[in-house]
Amino acid sequence: MNERIVQLLLLTVLLGGWQIAAVTGTIDRFFFPAPADIAVQVWRWITDPSFYRHVGVTVGETALGYLLGTASGIACGIWLGLSPKAARVLDPFIKAFNAIPRVVLAPIFVLWFGLGWGSKIALAATLVFFITFFNAIQGVREVNPAVLANARILGADSAALLRHVYFPAAASWILSSLRTSVGFAVVGAIIGEYLGASAGLGYLIAQAEGNFNSVAVFAGISVLAVFVLAVDKMLDVLENALITWRPSTQSGSVRT
Amino acid sequence: MQQVLARPMVALNDVTMAFGDFVAVEGVNIDVADGEFLAVVGPTGCGKSTILNAIAGLLEPRKGEVHIDGRRVSGVQRNVGYLFQQDALLPWKTALENIELGLQFRGMSSEERRARSLEWLAKVGLKHFGDRYPHQLSGGQRKRVQMAQALIIDPSVILMDEPFSALDIHTRHLMQNELLRLWHERPRAVVLITHDLEEAIALGDRVIVLAAGPRSRVIDSFPIELDRPRDVAEIKLHPKFTELYRRIWASLRGEVEKSYARHE
Repeated sequence: MNERIVQLLLLTVLLGGWQIAAVTGTIDRFFFPAPADIAVQVWRWITDPSFYRHVGVTVGETALGYLLGTASGIACGIWLGLSPKAARVLDPFIKAFNAIPRVVLAPIFVLWFGLGWGSKIALAATLVFFITFFNAIQGVREVNPAVLANARILGADSAALLRHVYFPAAASWILSSLRTSVGFAVVGAIIGEYLGASAGLGYLIAQAEGNFNSVAVFAGISVLAVFVLAVDKMLDVLENALITWRPSTQSGSVRT
Repeated sequence: MQQVLARPMVALNDVTMAFGDFVAVEGVNIDVADGEFLAVVGPTGCGKSTILNAIAGLLEPRKGEVHIDGRRVSGVQRNVGYLFQQDALLPWKTALENIELGLQFRGMSSEERRARSLEWLAKVGLKHFGDRYPHQLSGGQRKRVQMAQALIIDPSVILMDEPFSALDIHTRHLMQNELLRLWHERPRAVVLITHDLEEAIALGDRVIVLAAGPRSRVIDSFPIELDRPRDVAEIKLHPKFTELYRRIWASLRGEVEKSYARHE
């Protein structure tokens, strides 16, 4: 509880100091708009129904890109984790693709998929894919050999092994990658919108920037931060509901 | 307990296990009768575990054949119970879910396998621990779950790879007695691998000694004529036990020394 108070105090000092510095003119309001102005802008947005069209577009692109990227990442990761031969053959290709900075793909995706949702989804998906992919491979490879041998002797066929051994073993790896990749999915969607779109939060920020409206840029950033935090919280709940078997480090529940 | 049958339950004929250029065991012949408790002792690193894995079908012999109940072993066997040295329970399943796995893989209906595994849970003394995950159980309790998990499918052969070596001495005695109790209920062929000679004598009907690896082979075989049922903690005080220990150790000792000389 004490930490909460310190956190609140820190936030107050930070925002308060910023506000005072902006009002007294210590920092230039053109570049660093006052927090109060940003709050007003955010308020104006959230009370304006047309704003939610932009949020909806960004959420939709993020969600679709995220689903596409994580699903294909998990599938490819488990496949290559299970067949070392294919993994060896494909290894240089994967490394080469992974070496490409994904952001430079954005213009190409715009050419390929147009200015609509397609290019944003593609960008978000490529950003997310490799994170889940590498985690899923790792998860499958880290399966305890004794557990695997035990399940085989107990009579598990390949489908049962996948369901009862490989998947749960990889689940904690995959879940942790699912959390990191949410941020990347948002980044993908926003960059896509920023480079060329007619709707979305990234588009709003690009518009504000074009008008030298730093208040709206900061407001857009704040909305994005809250948006990612909310999704992260949701995944937190999901993770705790899915993985109940893991020893929790705090409660010291190991009895010997 | 030793019955002489025309056909042994487990038969290894001239089995050689090798990995690349490394030959772990060479030309091993072992017969285990149905209902016989065979203990295999040998120095560390002599390839004891590879023999078990060959019987279970987890590893393919380089040479020779393994038969279970007259059928040649090829691929993972489904009529064996295997007790591993390590924790081999599925950590994401509760004790009860772990126990019923074998039945689940055999396609038994969920009510029936639930009933059977609850029976086994009680049998190994964990009636109130069914919904615990492995990490919430003690080392001894996890072994009990593993026993139930391996035995619920009623295997015709039980394979054990130093199953109790990670337990403290008191828990180990408890588990060994527990194992003997379960085995008495329904005697069947057992192959126990251990480096603990006391354990081998206290549990086995017969103890065979493996030579130091590589190219390990069977060098001696001793029938253990101690009365059953046995209490593993008490039987060690029996004069016959001491006598057997002395004789087998005389055979094993040289191999242990050789093994040390090779590894240092």
